[in-house]
Amino acid sequence: MPVSIRDGRPVWQRRTPARQWAIWAAWLALVVLTVYCWQVMNRGTIWAFVEDAPQQAADLLSRSWPPAWHYLDRLWWPLWDTVNIATLGTLLGIVFAVPVAFLAASNTSPSTAILRPLALFIIVASRSINSLIWALLLVAIIGPGLLAGIMAIALRSIGFIGKLLYEAIEEIDPAQVEAVSATGASRLQVMDYAVVPQILPAFSGISVFRWDINIRESTILGLVGAGGIGVQLESSLARLAWSEVTVIFAVILVTVIVSEWVSAKVRQAFI
Amino acid sequence: MSVPRRWRRPPLLIANPVLRYSVYGGVLVYLVLAISSVEVNWTRIYEGLDRGLRFIEGFLVPDFTTRSRDIWLGMVESLTMTVTSTVAGILISIPVGIGAARNIAPMPVYAVCRALIAVSRSFQEIIIAILFVAMFGFGPLAGFLTLSFATIGFLSKLLAEDIEEIDESQAEAIRATGAGWWQVINYGVQPQVMPRLLGLSLYRLDINFRESAVIGIVGAGGIGATLNTSMDRYDYDTAGAILILIIVIVMLSEYGSSQLRKRVQ
Repeated sequence: MPVSIRDGRPVWQRRTPARQWAIWAAWLALVVLTVYCWQVMNRGTIWAFVEDAPQQAADLLSRSWPPAWHYLDRLWWPLWDTVNIATLGTLLGIVFAVPVAFLAASNTSPSTAILRPLALFIIVASRSINSLIWALLLVAIIGPGLLAGIMAIALRSIGFIGKLLYEAIEEIDPAQVEAVSATGASRLQVMDYAVVPQILPAFSGISVFRWDINIRESTILGLVGAGGIGVQLESSLARLAWSEVTVIFAVILVTVIVSEWVSAKVRQAFI
Repeated sequence: MSVPRRWRRPPLLIANPVLRYSVYGGVLVYLVLAISSVEVNWTRIYEGLDRGLRFIEGFLVPDFTTRSRDIWLGMVESLTMTVTSTVAGILISIPVGIGAARNIAPMPVYAVCRALIAVSRSFQEIIIAILFVAMFGFGPLAGFLTLSFATIGFLSKLLAEDIEEIDESQAEAIRATGAGWWQVINYGVQPQVMPRLLGLSLYRLDINFRESAVIGIVGAGGIGATLNTSMDRYDYDTAGAILILIIVIVMLSEYGSSQLRKRVQ
């Protein structure tokens, strides 16, 4: 703890002067960086449109109210599709994520030289790319529709579930694994009786959590043509039918709240 | 009563057999219904395989040069948007987070802040971006506003939970010295939550970059707009290059922020 002498008396300070200056310099650098980024970002901004914004917002509000509730009748099928995209996509994601997670965990991976880095790369690549971008690619390749949405959700879920699951596998209690292998169990039996029971609660929690996120994401996949309620959103937006957009937003909001509630309940039950 | 000679493994998740089998049955019925409602156009997929191959080729042999200007502009927009929106989001999240902590905020403030967090969290970034693009016009400013708004929901909620879990005795010790509300926050609460707040901010910086790659699809600027254009042009070599850039930047920022977090916490 540095003590400086001021007026002949020792005064306590929390940091040394050099450290204090370093912290000030870091804050200054952050401010400079932010201001610079702001200026670069707004080089192409037309400020007349920004000044216009409150008026635009009022206009938007007046056109989106009252909501066109009769439109609700045509949203039930897309809503069912949306839930299916999320659920089937999550299931498909789990099917791929579980082997990837076992390959990526350092204590269960059969080869740390080749397979583990490969599994880690799959996880990072899947996590870096948002499901909407996966959907954009898949719609171009396999055509618009539910299948593209399901696969986009699955591809994004592999990284999420894989990462959390392999971290859970690495944190298991090794004593149980040792006890089961001491009975002469084979590699697969060790997995089945020592590893799986330990990670099952975490695995269920992670899967349900991802399902909840996937419900949110599947509501907008339709914007790029991958099925679900987003297709309706896209067509209402294109026709500037804001009163229908309000109804769609309301449906999405209710769906998201319900799915969050379900996922919280299920996770409470498992963990 | 005969004692079973063989050990049988107990069920792993649901102990009650009636409940277990009814859950299995329900899942099976749902799966049959859901899968049968997915229409698959096999001829379209067969025709698309050729494009899929070309896309994989584009990913393996990416083309960074032809559209290097567009890629550069998109990347600059995405990165600047990420930095400014994270900073602005944090600045707003701190008061909102303090207001949403039950142990230090009065009830009306708490209700308002929690409502703001709930609104910000329940809508997707894309939906917010659509609204902001409609209000502020196309471009990165709409993206900046979207990401700042989304940051508020994320950071304030976690900050508020963190403040609610602080060690009360430290705040009480400060209060016992006769400190006012501001002083309690500054000396009793802030030192306890600061390391985690820094960690969360770095994590959000990561998320904001990833999201900035997406909101361009609805016109909010950034690399997503460039990617969308290149997909529309069937220019898979450029699209592959953009995807590789996104993956590399996410990997770098994730590694960098985990290193920084280790030093801070």
